[in-house]
Amino acid sequence: MDLIKRAIAEGRKPELQKLVDAIPYCRFLGIEVDRKGSELTTVLRFDHELIGNPVLPALHGGVVGAFLEVTAVIQLMLEVVSEDLPKPVDISIDYLRSGKPVDTYARAIVTKQGRRVCNVRAEAWQDEHARPIAALHGHFLIKPQETERN
Amino acid sequence: MSNDLPSTVPEHRPGFVLSGVPHAAAIQLTIMEVKAGEAVCKVPYAEHLVGNPDTGVIHGGVITSLLDNTCGVAVGSKTQLMGHIATLDLRIDYMKPAKPGEDILAFAECYKVTKNIAFVRGLAYHADRNDPIATCAAAFMLGTKAQKGANVASGGTP
Repeated sequence: MDLIKRAIAEGRKPELQKLVDAIPYCRFLGIEVDRKGSELTTVLRFDHELIGNPVLPALHGGVVGAFLEVTAVIQLMLEVVSEDLPKPVDISIDYLRSGKPVDTYARAIVTKQGRRVCNVRAEAWQDEHARPIAALHGHFLIKPQETERN
Repeated sequence: MSNDLPSTVPEHRPGFVLSGVPHAAAIQLTIMEVKAGEAVCKVPYAEHLVGNPDTGVIHGGVITSLLDNTCGVAVGSKTQLMGHIATLDLRIDYMKPAKPGEDILAFAECYKVTKNIAFVRGLAYHADRNDPIATCAAAFMLGTKAQKGANVASGGTP
């Protein structure tokens, strides 16, 4: 993506909200980035279209999973230099509580950064940070800078 | 007792968008085939589901939703507990990117049901199940609380 390449060329981090806004699926879900220095929280604004169980009601498991995946990718874009968006290799999601029809927040930690693969953990919560609704861990493929490759 | 979904509910009939589930309707998730413990669903290619604007490849999150929901339908068709199941965990391995412009299908098989838990495996593909885009393994909790009148297939969270 141009946005990423330009940022790398200028020796800075890409503007994460602009990056998210450039991805149609993230716009569709309604994901926002709240960055305070090195601390990053993603916000999933509630919308009726995110519901998976209208009876409870509860957020769709796929939406919660996708939100955690996006959170992991954004965290990687902040911490790691990758010429392209990190690609998920595998993800594993634990569903801990039902997602209520309110805004959801998430944070991710890069647990290991390799040259090509990174391990990331992410957690999503709603009212209380200490009561997460879902957790993800996954491996993501990054594209190291051309000059570092040889 | 038939293990098939009640065909009186329109969205459970093959070829129908799962309109009772708002997010499924938002991504036009369509039920293609349901047998006892097996389900095939489809998400048609759409611009708003793109995850990389450079390539036009669908976002992995769409595959997560599709697989989660298809697994849920497979569990529901085996246990008759639609709306009373909840995903416990879901693991997805991404084999290759989806082809831009092509619909994505998912097949899920509920291969074991115990008193409390149903185990499911599934895969996402375009045309050939032997060349999958992604594979998944999931466990669902059975008999979760739901209000009376629950009639929607939910692969969603509890």
